[in-house]
Amino acid sequence: MSLENFNQSEKKDFLVSSASLKDVRAFSRDVFEKFKIDEELREELVLAIAEAAQNIVKHAYKDMPDTQDKMVVRISCSDDVLEISFFDKGKPVEKNKVKHRAIDDIKPGGLGTFFIQQIMDSINFEPGKEPWINNLVLTKKLKN
Amino acid sequence: MLKTMKYKVTDNENVSTVFLTGEIDMDVADEVREIVFPLIDAGKEVHLNLKDVLYMDSSGISIIIESNQRAREKNTKVELKEVSQPVEKVLAMARKFL
Repeated sequence: MSLENFNQSEKKDFLVSSASLKDVRAFSRDVFEKFKIDEELREELVLAIAEAAQNIVKHAYKDMPDTQDKMVVRISCSDDVLEISFFDKGKPVEKNKVKHRAIDDIKPGGLGTFFIQQIMDSINFEPGKEPWINNLVLTKKLKN
Repeated sequence: MLKTMKYKVTDNENVSTVFLTGEIDMDVADEVREIVFPLIDAGKEVHLNLKDVLYMDSSGISIIIESNQRAREKNTKVELKEVSQPVEKVLAMARKFL
C-alpha cells in the first residue's frame, strides 16, 4: 500500500439478487486494483465481500426473490486499514444467530460466514441509519 | 441474464466427467446441482473437473459436500480432478469441513 492510496473510498449499489453477485465481485476487483491492494490478498477480500453480499440475498431477503431493493457496498481505505461496509433494507439481522457451523457438523451451509471470519480481522453489525436497516462492517489491517 | 458458468459432460463406461468453466456462485449453484445430482442418482462415478473454474465460493463447496454425501448414499463416489489454483485456495480454507 503506497501513501497516495490513503483515505480512498468507493461505493456502488446493486439489486439484491443472486444475479448481482458477479457484479459485486467485478466492482470489488476494480476497487482493489485501484487501491493497489496486494494481488494475493485481493481475491480473498473479493471472496469475503461476495459471501457477505450473498448473506444479504439469502438471509436478510429470505423469501423475497423478486425484491427491487438495492444494497450498497462501500470499500474504504484509511491509513493501513481497509473497511468494507454493506447497507441493506432487509430483515434485521439477529446478531446472536450469525455464526458458522460447528466443525463436527458436516452439513453444508454457514461456510460463507466462516470464510469471512477467516479472511477479515473484524465483523461488526452496526445499527443502520435511515433508510438502512442493516449495516455490516468488515475490517482488515493491511501490511505495509 | 448472462451466467458466469458453462459446462460439458463426457461419459466413459461408468464414469461421468463434468467439466465446469467460469465462476461457481450462488447464482449458478442450482444449475450445477441439476447437472451433477442426476448422474450420482444414476449410480455413476462422477469426476468434477475444475481446471477452468476461476472462482468458487461457499455455494460451490456446499455442492461438493452435498455431492459426496449423495454419492455415499448411492454407493458411488465423486472425485475432484485438476483443481484450479483459485479453487484450491478456497478448498484449503474449507478443508476442516470436508
